[in-house]
Amino acid sequence: MSEAPKPHRPTTEARWVRVTTTLVSLVFLGLFLVLPLIAVFVEAFRSGVGAYFASFQDPDALAAIRLTLMVAAIAVPLNLVFGIAASWAIAKFHFKGKSLLITLIDLPFSVSPVVAGLVFILLFGAQGLLGPWLRAHDVEIIFALPGIVLATVFVTFPFVARELIPLMQDQGTADEEAALSLGASGFKAFWTVTLPNVRWALLYGVLLCNARAMGEFGAVAVVSGHIRGETNTMPLHVEILYNEYNFVAAFAVASLLALLALLTLAAKSFLEWRYGDAIAARAAH
Amino acid sequence: MPAAIKAIGLGVASLAFMIAGTMLGPRPAVAQTSFLNVSYDPTRELYRAINQKFEEETRPQGKKINIRMSHGGSGSQARAVIDGLDADVVTLALAADIDEIARRTNRIPSDWQKRLPNNSAPYTSTIVFLVRKGNPKGIRDWDDLIKPGIQVITPNPKTSGGARWNYLAAYAYGVERRGGDQQAQAFVAQIFKNAPVLDTGARGSTNTFARRGIGDVLLAWENEAFLALDELGADKFEIVVPSISILAEPPVTLVDGNVDRKGTRAIAQAYLEFLYSPTAQAVIAKHYYRPMKPDAAAPQDVARFPDIKLVTIDQFFGGWDEAQRKHFADGGIFDAILKSNR
Repeated sequence: MSEAPKPHRPTTEARWVRVTTTLVSLVFLGLFLVLPLIAVFVEAFRSGVGAYFASFQDPDALAAIRLTLMVAAIAVPLNLVFGIAASWAIAKFHFKGKSLLITLIDLPFSVSPVVAGLVFILLFGAQGLLGPWLRAHDVEIIFALPGIVLATVFVTFPFVARELIPLMQDQGTADEEAALSLGASGFKAFWTVTLPNVRWALLYGVLLCNARAMGEFGAVAVVSGHIRGETNTMPLHVEILYNEYNFVAAFAVASLLALLALLTLAAKSFLEWRYGDAIAARAAH
Repeated sequence: MPAAIKAIGLGVASLAFMIAGTMLGPRPAVAQTSFLNVSYDPTRELYRAINQKFEEETRPQGKKINIRMSHGGSGSQARAVIDGLDADVVTLALAADIDEIARRTNRIPSDWQKRLPNNSAPYTSTIVFLVRKGNPKGIRDWDDLIKPGIQVITPNPKTSGGARWNYLAAYAYGVERRGGDQQAQAFVAQIFKNAPVLDTGARGSTNTFARRGIGDVLLAWENEAFLALDELGADKFEIVVPSISILAEPPVTLVDGNVDRKGTRAIAQAYLEFLYSPTAQAVIAKHYYRPMKPDAAAPQDVARFPDIKLVTIDQFFGGWDEAQRKHFADGGIFDAILKSNR
């Protein structure tokens, strides 16, 4: 019988090392995250609260907010369904080409969003592969809502799946096997066993996915066509307002995006604090 | 049902509710004719004013017209129309970009520029310098741009129409004052050596210079320079007029393939002709574009335009077709300049 290991601190570095690293990261965070965030709100309120709220009465700003919500409302559920299906297949079954599928899911992380947008232009643009057929049948994809949704789905593809796969793999198939042996149907096992097991990670993934869907700029800019009040999402509208010397309105819309991000962050922290154990199983990435 | 799934369901439901809420706002009861004007970067304010006048003029005829706008760098806008952006009219920074659409899509006839007066340019402009108040670096003419330590801000001629006019104005100066093509090329190369950033569009460069405070001199559309004084403070900048510049002709045309498909030819044609009307010409001068018919504009607006010796693209460069091929096409003089500066 060996002796029980002595309890000791997980790190043995000297105190000054810990203090310095903490300070460095705090200063870094403050400089690159907190300061810009404050700047956004300072600029937005520069001409007073009235001007701030007046910015949201502009029909083009409202159209941009509406479009952004609409795009997120389509893209997030799509990626929710896809994410669950993919992670379920990957974690619970063995099949050929599994690692290829995992690599493919990660692809949007490594492809530049601008390239992603251009790919859709090459596919659906008037000079593209399917362009002439689409035009002949009066189907609008690029420079309209479908194109923007496609680009957003592409960019936010990995968020839900990436969150679920490690957790599901970790949990294994024992619970499902038990359910099946007790006579549950495959669907019932999925609904009453698999899904509840991953619920918090799922919510977490959806939050991240939503934040990115609303904030995406590059890919959407390529396929948007920049039609005022029509195909400009909030991030694009911020750029337009800024370019029109309308700085208060630009930062007002930007502050709305920042608020969304902060809310997401708060919800995420809450989930981590409340259900940390359930989420902790996910691999670091 | 597990709480998390309920929460997700609730989130989706409330999102759907929000969207429904924003969509149920007041909707116009009258059927609308709508068309899309795809334009270049600095014309936002101009077309907002012109569109309003056009809507006022057509309202008595019982038509409700919804003019949709899209703005961006002239080259990238042309690219978008080629890729299927459903423009009814294009109002771009230079003829070469519309030529490009004509060549690649067959949606615009190749002789488009003869369809409207003045080479299809209802307004013209030129290239001037914007410097910081008091002109601390003493910039008077093109020669001053190649001095060591001067930072020149211009957009990228590959994507921006204004930048191509900048380039050609500098080149014309080089040919006139330095003796020939070779000297002009070396001269322009030196200017671009002094350019720390190349934005994609004219407005981007204006913001780089004016808001971010980068650079000593901005090469800008005359209208853009005046607008910057208006919007960002006449106490911060001043305009310097060089001894030679170029007559910039931003042309307009119908996209025949699109208007015929959508049945908007009549209204789009009326809109383009409206640009030549006294009403629109006055708006044009007010927004610092040089009107084709100065008589129609307010005299005090016209008086703001300085007298500059202007060379034209047709006489000096043999037209856009040739200028584009010689200077801006892949492997052209501009590419050679970037390469030699590297």
